[in-house]
Amino acid sequence: MASQNLQSVPAELSPEEQEREAAGQAYFDRIISEDSRIEPRDWMPAAYRKTLLRQISQHAHSEIIGMQPEANWITRAPSLKRKSILMAKVQDEAGHGLYLYSAAETLGQSRDQMMEDLIAGKARYSSIFNYPTISWADMGAIGWLVDGAAICNQVPLCRASYGPYGRAMVRICKEESFHQRQGFEILLELSNGTPEQKQMAQDAVNRWYAPSLMMFGPPDDDSPNSKQSMAWNIKRFSNDELRSRFVGMMVEQVRVLGLTLPDKDIRFNEETKKWEHGPLDWNEFKEVLAGRGPCNSQRVERRREAHENGAWVREAAVAYARKQAQKENAA
Amino acid sequence: MTSKDVNTTDTDFAIEGHGDISVGVHGAGASGDGSASATRITPGNALRPEDIALEIQRGQVRPSEDVAEFALRIGDDGLILAQRLGHWISRAPELEEDIALGNIALDQLGHARSFLTYAGAAWDKSEDDLAYFRREHEFRSAHLFEQPNGDFAVTIARQFIVSFYQYELYTKLIESTDATIAAISAKAVKEVDYHRDHSAQWVLRLAGGTDESRARIIQGFKLVWPYVDELFEDDELTTRLAEAGVTVQPSSLRAEFDRLTGEIMAEAELEIPGVPQALGGGRRGKHSEFLGYILAEMQVLAREHPGASW
Repeated sequence: MASQNLQSVPAELSPEEQEREAAGQAYFDRIISEDSRIEPRDWMPAAYRKTLLRQISQHAHSEIIGMQPEANWITRAPSLKRKSILMAKVQDEAGHGLYLYSAAETLGQSRDQMMEDLIAGKARYSSIFNYPTISWADMGAIGWLVDGAAICNQVPLCRASYGPYGRAMVRICKEESFHQRQGFEILLELSNGTPEQKQMAQDAVNRWYAPSLMMFGPPDDDSPNSKQSMAWNIKRFSNDELRSRFVGMMVEQVRVLGLTLPDKDIRFNEETKKWEHGPLDWNEFKEVLAGRGPCNSQRVERRREAHENGAWVREAAVAYARKQAQKENAA
Repeated sequence: MTSKDVNTTDTDFAIEGHGDISVGVHGAGASGDGSASATRITPGNALRPEDIALEIQRGQVRPSEDVAEFALRIGDDGLILAQRLGHWISRAPELEEDIALGNIALDQLGHARSFLTYAGAAWDKSEDDLAYFRREHEFRSAHLFEQPNGDFAVTIARQFIVSFYQYELYTKLIESTDATIAAISAKAVKEVDYHRDHSAQWVLRLAGGTDESRARIIQGFKLVWPYVDELFEDDELTTRLAEAGVTVQPSSLRAEFDRLTGEIMAEAELEIPGVPQALGGGRRGKHSEFLGYILAEMQVLAREHPGASW
């Protein structure tokens, strides 16, 4: 099992093993320097495998937990067209979770194990999904801001050095761009609606703006893993670089929406040619990440409940498949 | 039908417009399957509610009062079931089932939107007027569709009955003398065929899986079987429409329903539950206690903002 690589590296290697390791490392280094792709059966450093497994499984968990805040409005969507779009969107997220769990499985960990870790509170997911969706406009703000930030983060991941991850991201990004567009459209409609609707939209943008900026992760000087990930061609741009790009895009789009961003410090720095934003409350970010957000326990509990309530169904499917296989063998 | 022309344009739009306001993922990579996303319009067979609304607007179609009443019945069936199934999304036993049940809910909602859009044309009402601003006694869905999800077995038992019933109905409606009803049904039947397959496979798995799953599916069928007869009841409306060739008498669908469900039940070694049939009355606006709660949740936001556009 490849996952054993994570736990321990044998203290002593035989000469043949040492040779194999050295050849593997040389191959890996060449692939990375050529900006080409590592595939599941290729040799890879244990730390590379571990980093990827952590990142991909966290990403998968984020998709799965991220279904909840939006599923919260499926039954109350205010028009049948919106209900239909929202259902399809949340369903897409389940699909993204599936591709990503599959990509992570190629690194040697089973989906069951990842799910166990999530339920046990051992695994992380994007902190933003620990905020509640309290109005319909939150469906717009999540699509526009949260999915927008996700796209900024994820488009460069389509070129990630690990093949299965990069390929999964291509497909995910296509769907995410649709999600962002539908979020934008919800807000546009609300903004051009009644005064109450416009207020609802502005309120949602106010609440989701800062958390969406924090989705890019801590500032570069406080992001210990970024440098190695960039050296491995997993990550292509720094957190601050991506955040700045995102702010620039939102500044343009919020004008079309006829709404405002709750940040009076946004400006384009002519010297650095980068967009700058006001201070973010990183203390809150850390608090939510540490489990003290408004919905942390609720989100994990829902996942646990669904998983445990479904155990008898999964067991039945396995038992049935086994019986069918026995019948076929007997025949 | 002009909907074909409209579809072609919209299909192009759906594919070409995908990368729009984002950051240039349009055309990214060749690995994506064109029909991968559930949010995409499948090229070629998409008859959307919007197309029907357009035909209504242009004065190309308008149902008679009878046809509208009939469309309301099957539209409400789909709508209420979609509302029930939508609750499973993020709660299913496996991610694959989150997707499958979500897909079935989406299909049902799609059929409902088309039927309600068409029905509304008789009274100058939109699909949303009908969904969000009618009261309980104005809904025409049968009782089966409003039955609670229960556990996964109850949901599967309900879906099994629904999809075999709907398959028989839509198969006949393809021949309807009403072109719009026929067109909606032609699209719906392909989707419902998949729903049949999905629920039949789960009936077999649950019945032949573990002792627990077998006990649960038996209990599931016991809970939903009382609502089977109502689906096949004839009344004055169906009699008039059957004479006009718009639909067939619901009772005429029963034999084939019994035969096909019977085959699966026999393979699963399940008995048809010997439970009394409930009185029903959904087609006349007489509902169970469940519908009020379903509507309260579904309609709350729309009713807070009457006249608003979303």
